[in-house]
Amino acid sequence: MRKHLCIPYSVFLVLFVVAPIFIMLFYAFTDAENHLTLDNFALIFTDITVLSAALASVSVALVATLICLLIAYPVAYILARSGIKRQNALLILFITPMWINFVMRINALKEFFGLINLLDKSPYINTIIGMVYDFLPFMILPLYTTLLKMDKNLIEASYDLGAGKFTTFVQVILPMSMPGIVSGITMVFMPAMTNYVVSDILGRSQITILGKLIENYFMQTNWNAGAAISMLLLAIMFVSTWLTGGFKDDGAQAARGGLW
Amino acid sequence: MVKKICKYAFLALVLLFIYIPIFVLVFFSFTDTKVLGDWGGFSFGLYRKLFTNSHLMTIIGNTVLLAVGAGLISTVLGTLGAIGIFYSKKRTKAALGFLNNIPVVNAEIVTALSLALLFAMLSGLSIGLSKTYFSLVVAHVVITAPFVILSVTPKLKQMDKNIYEAALDLGASPLRAMMTIIIPEILPGILSGFMLSVTLSLDDYIVTAFTKPNGFDTISTYVYNAVKVPVNSQVNELRALSTIIFLIIIVVAVLMNIRKKEAVK
Repeated sequence: MRKHLCIPYSVFLVLFVVAPIFIMLFYAFTDAENHLTLDNFALIFTDITVLSAALASVSVALVATLICLLIAYPVAYILARSGIKRQNALLILFITPMWINFVMRINALKEFFGLINLLDKSPYINTIIGMVYDFLPFMILPLYTTLLKMDKNLIEASYDLGAGKFTTFVQVILPMSMPGIVSGITMVFMPAMTNYVVSDILGRSQITILGKLIENYFMQTNWNAGAAISMLLLAIMFVSTWLTGGFKDDGAQAARGGLW
Repeated sequence: MVKKICKYAFLALVLLFIYIPIFVLVFFSFTDTKVLGDWGGFSFGLYRKLFTNSHLMTIIGNTVLLAVGAGLISTVLGTLGAIGIFYSKKRTKAALGFLNNIPVVNAEIVTALSLALLFAMLSGLSIGLSKTYFSLVVAHVVITAPFVILSVTPKLKQMDKNIYEAALDLGASPLRAMMTIIIPEILPGILSGFMLSVTLSLDDYIVTAFTKPNGFDTISTYVYNAVKVPVNSQVNELRALSTIIFLIIIVVAVLMNIRKKEAVK
């Protein structure tokens, strides 16, 4: 029976995706002596280190996501409406850097910043530029896919009915590109909150974002606090993915899978 | 006309932002100086340094081996999984699809920590001992196999189901029908799933850092440790390595583009 072919992968998923989450859950709700406690979560909301890391994460991620959106939307829009012939070649130009190892890409940016004397300026600005540099394709791809699928007749209809360019954009094009915008935001925001490679290399380790904090706790073998923060991130991810219907659609696939 | 120029000027500006750091690195890979920006005359010195740096060469070999190995495992597991899920009942389908999406949408650090905790618990020992080649490969399969599923499933949906039934009616065994009908139909999905797995594995830092054996390095972990504060050593042969990787990727991208164009024809 063909359906039995999914057994190995199902077992794999249970062992290495589901079980680890439950183990993390266990650590999040226990202390170093394995006693049940809520202290780890209390720590998140009271400890100044955690709070400042959360603030740094959210602010960096918000700004980076917004800039990504502001750059990626026009890019995707122009690409989607350029002729079929050029479309593929142009898209490839924007996506190709994604194939280069991302630590090496960030290192390239670091060396470039060193060259133009930007490296020792603001760790925040450098980190944000790095995040935008790194995650821009994740925003372009889902937007491009959505805009490409958009029914152009509706835009024509809007013009025919007397709407101006601005009205057409706000009332027709923008609502229709919402799925792309939403999946682009999810693809950029979460990594921007947690990918500490960017803040370590470009922010010269002067910024601690949540991902870095989890790593710090892990290195100090304080697994419980790290697990609690991770559980919170996991919960945010679940809620946002559920709200945006990401467990059903192929937004993530469009963003990452669009590579090949 | 002005509008058109504005459009392309904008695209050019974004491309400039994306490519300038890479081109600067490529340019300065052809001179053997310590600090980027100093030009000490044209030289292949950094390339010579790169290829004679046996430590770095081992790391490159390890990275490729890990990516291809984990990619192959993910491709087999994921392809079988995709076929199995596709023919499962609605509820199983929904449940497995949901689980499959967890590593895709999850923050990498969360996946990394959860796996590290699992292996620590399994070995019942300190973190240092739980990091093995096994944990590393499993972790890479966790982050790559879901993408094989996501690549193969659309091809299964596009497939004409009647051909498989016809093969069975004509006396083919289920295994034979599978190998001669289903697999060739979904092959493009399998291949792109494999390529995607390899790319994602090559690209990964966080999950690797949390599960790799001590002393083992991939390009990502090596570069991260070499350039971050407070170490910040100038490993200038990395410029040569970046250039080579960039060249390989340009060639692959061009080839893919040609293949796609032929497929369209």
